[in-house]
Amino acid sequence: MTIHNLYLFDRDGQLLYYTDWNRKKQSGMTRDEEAKLMYGMIFSIKSFVAKVSPVDLKEGYLTYTTNKYRLNLYETPSRLKFILNTDIHAQGIKELLQQIYTQVYVEYVVYNPLCNLKKPIESELFAAKLDEVVKQSAAYASRPA
Amino acid sequence: MTIHSLYILSKSGGLIYQLDNNIPTIENEKTFSYPLEVKLEVQNRNIMVVYGQRDGIKVGHTLVSVNGMKVTGQQLDDGRDAMQVLANETNYPINLKFARPKLTTNEKIFQASMFYPLYALACQLSPETRSSGIETIESDNFRMNCFQTLTGVKFMLISDPKQAGIDTLLHRVYEIYSDFALKNPFYSLEMPIRCELFDEHIKGTLEQAERLGISSI
Repeated sequence: MTIHNLYLFDRDGQLLYYTDWNRKKQSGMTRDEEAKLMYGMIFSIKSFVAKVSPVDLKEGYLTYTTNKYRLNLYETPSRLKFILNTDIHAQGIKELLQQIYTQVYVEYVVYNPLCNLKKPIESELFAAKLDEVVKQSAAYASRPA
Repeated sequence: MTIHSLYILSKSGGLIYQLDNNIPTIENEKTFSYPLEVKLEVQNRNIMVVYGQRDGIKVGHTLVSVNGMKVTGQQLDDGRDAMQVLANETNYPINLKFARPKLTTNEKIFQASMFYPLYALACQLSPETRSSGIETIESDNFRMNCFQTLTGVKFMLISDPKQAGIDTLLHRVYEIYSDFALKNPFYSLEMPIRCELFDEHIKGTLEQAERLGISSI
């Protein structure tokens, strides 16, 4: 059980925050390019899912799995996108993402008058709290190498 | 037990087979008075709900009939423009029927070819080494399973998220593909599959899986 990394995008596709915990493979490009690629992929997957789905979709939660990892996307009504990569067996990630949104993002970014909501997050307090919440979750806990 | 549809993609990403097994029809009919409580707009040559979800009518649904008369694109069957009819107060009260739009064949081909780069990107953006591409996509009310063979052909099944044993079913579909498409001397690789026996077996298998469970196939 492990959590790999987290991307946070705003409604315009700008990368607001990125952090990783157990990331084994780098994508071999700059963070900027990687973020664009990730946002583009998420955007396409969303439209693909909306088209292919046999019924109307309800929530902004979506996951995909490969044989090695699982990507979890949580989109708030304000179109903020939280993307968390975990291993395929991780449980309760949806709740964790909601917790990150309500208890970390809202508390330490929205309530912080010095944080510009349209700029990448530089607050150290946010980073520290996020790290704390993720490390406390059941899905975190590094796999034995 | 619901299996909605099956897509088969060739090695180069083209759609070579598609079957809709069980797609629910979502339709809602309601009598409206003037002014209309939903906001309608013309999108992709259809009249679409863009705001004001009510009584099962959702954003993204298209107008399919007015007072029981079918709407094709924006036109009523008697030749009148549907938007003009809706704008005229004297036509009210009016009975409108909305439905969730179904994918056209062209859209299916388009969506299938869109999946191909997504599959490759999932591999590239992986935080783990040697990851495969997308195997399942899950949302709150459907799941898509994808099985890629060693030769690069992709089999995609869209089903209910609670449906178990899809892997077995995908392998069975692969088996049918190798038996009835690949062994057919009139079938050329990478081309759409138009083999009667293949069709029959796929339909039979999906039906059986839905009726008796996947363990029975």
